[in-house]
Amino acid sequence: MSYILGLSAFYHDSAAALLKDGALVAAAQEERFTRKKHDAGFPACAIRSVLEAEGITLADVDHVAFYDKPFLKFERLLETYVATAPKGFASFRVAMPIWLKEKLFLKRLLKTQLCEIDPDFAEDRLLFSEHHISHAASAYYPSPCDEAVVLTVDGVGEWATTTLGIGCGASLEIKKEIHFPHSLGLLYSAFTHYTGFRVNSGEYKVMGLAPYGTPRFKDLILDKVVDLKSDGSFRLDQRYFDYATGLTMTNGAFADLFGEPLREPDKDPLTQFHMDVAASVQAVTEEAMLRLCRAAAEEYQIPNLCMAGGVALNCVANGKILRDGAFQNIWVQPAAGDAGGAVGAAYAAWHQELDQPRAPEGGDRMHGSYLGPLHETDEIAAMLDDLGAVYERMSQDDMITEAASALADGLAVGWFQGRMEFGPRALGGRSILGDPRSETMQKTLNLKVKYRESFRPFAPSVLREDVSDWFDLESDSPYMLIVADVGKRHWREMTDDEQALFGIDKLNVARSSIPAITHVDYSARVQTVHQDTNPLYHRLISEFKKRTGCPVVVNTSFNVRGEPIVGSPEDAFRCFMGTELDVLAIGNLILRKPAQDPSLKEDYTQKYELD
Amino acid sequence: MSFFVELWSFFRDRQKFWLLPIFVVLVVFGGLVVLSQGSAVAPFLYPLF
Repeated sequence: MSYILGLSAFYHDSAAALLKDGALVAAAQEERFTRKKHDAGFPACAIRSVLEAEGITLADVDHVAFYDKPFLKFERLLETYVATAPKGFASFRVAMPIWLKEKLFLKRLLKTQLCEIDPDFAEDRLLFSEHHISHAASAYYPSPCDEAVVLTVDGVGEWATTTLGIGCGASLEIKKEIHFPHSLGLLYSAFTHYTGFRVNSGEYKVMGLAPYGTPRFKDLILDKVVDLKSDGSFRLDQRYFDYATGLTMTNGAFADLFGEPLREPDKDPLTQFHMDVAASVQAVTEEAMLRLCRAAAEEYQIPNLCMAGGVALNCVANGKILRDGAFQNIWVQPAAGDAGGAVGAAYAAWHQELDQPRAPEGGDRMHGSYLGPLHETDEIAAMLDDLGAVYERMSQDDMITEAASALADGLAVGWFQGRMEFGPRALGGRSILGDPRSETMQKTLNLKVKYRESFRPFAPSVLREDVSDWFDLESDSPYMLIVADVGKRHWREMTDDEQALFGIDKLNVARSSIPAITHVDYSARVQTVHQDTNPLYHRLISEFKKRTGCPVVVNTSFNVRGEPIVGSPEDAFRCFMGTELDVLAIGNLILRKPAQDPSLKEDYTQKYELD
Repeated sequence: MSFFVELWSFFRDRQKFWLLPIFVVLVVFGGLVVLSQGSAVAPFLYPLF
């Protein structure tokens, strides 16, 4: 038995992943345990969790693979400072202490931390993989493809910001790279910053805001800011950015170009201008991704595409790539951001460092991304008893019937079942569910349960066998990473007055028979639910369909804004009591809000900061 | 010590020996920045800036 532990840490989204004889058996993100969103610390809890899931200790692990190479990153920093001196001094002054105290000695730091888990841990068991190799490996090796073009696009790793590679059997070779400071991820982050959201976490809000606007700045961006070539390669005009030399993403020239100052989230409201800016950067990103994909499909003549890196979480762009048809099959790593680097580093160590073969036709090796900790009903009941919760214990069939009936009655249901998801999306393991047919569900969930901005859309989970009846989608989308339109026959005709609405006012108009998950442009971020990867969730939606005729439920992550998705039953109960969730289905237990002791309620609304 | 061995092999593998003097200068300079941050050494370092 051979074990490899993959780690990502010290930048953002720390995580651990465990391979057993080359098969992914467990993975978890540190934030779920420490309750710090995007926790960048050493993933001690995540490591313990994945080891515990397999019933082993760190001493049983043959190699520990880290997901990037600090020296190479330091080289990039130094060369950037040299190239831009003396302009980069402000950034240098902030970066140097961190590097000289900690990051440059990362190997020693890792060893020290690992020795706290296993005092006999030897340094020679540590391996390092390049950041984009880790991403590429996380995109290709767990995918169902035996041969694929592998595209990774993110902010920046060591030098690379975009890579194009070919995976074939156990080999994975990077063919082309685009280097820092030219980065699609950093471009998107720059606009995230400009529109007043937090970099590295607010990007998906920009994506959600885009359909409210018109891309009237697209040509301006392509004309002045991004030099986009026909093959998708690009260069960013650094006169508009500050990230290479300063401490912010954009500078005054950037604001002058678009005509409005940077939005300050505490005092400036979101206006149509910001929606148009969001629509424009989204359009540019899609254009770049489409060109990259078309050129790669043309050059390599391989029908499969695997993607990872933060930009691969842009599910609107992914949907367009799928519909563009340059590739027949697209597979996106569900933990496409840095957390997935832990999976990739482990796979790269197994197949590249240890030269192990890859089984052909192995199917999707992410197991639906249900790779985190599992809590049995007895354990949950004991924890809830300690918290003073009131619950009904029942058979699994009855629990499903009760939850489906609550959903059909229009209640908001917390759903805590099976193994926790790995990656940023809740996929029916740690989810809040609702009835998509309800015209008030979107607003209720946003304002009373999630405490987040009312413009944010919700995603649907649909039975795989029914997906094409409800959405313009024929393929699997198990990881909620493809956006597709709601099927036309479910659209509701708009009145002239409704058509004339602009911006967020559009949201209050029901646009389909499943309005809670229909965005203002009729799109939805679809998750297909599969009998083989999540039978319990599949049964719940089937039961809901039996009652309502609708095989779709609203699925949003089990948390409030700014909070990591709930990790333990205690977190779930706390979130249940702190929000206006009506029912909690956890293991084979059902909790109803009116039955709970009101003194257990806590004010959750201000506990976590906005992204 | 192993840190310096690894650093040396890094420069060798990457063929970036030209970075070495810059590395030394920046590390010294960076070291001063580190030391000047709220430490007792700080007042003695101000003239250097």
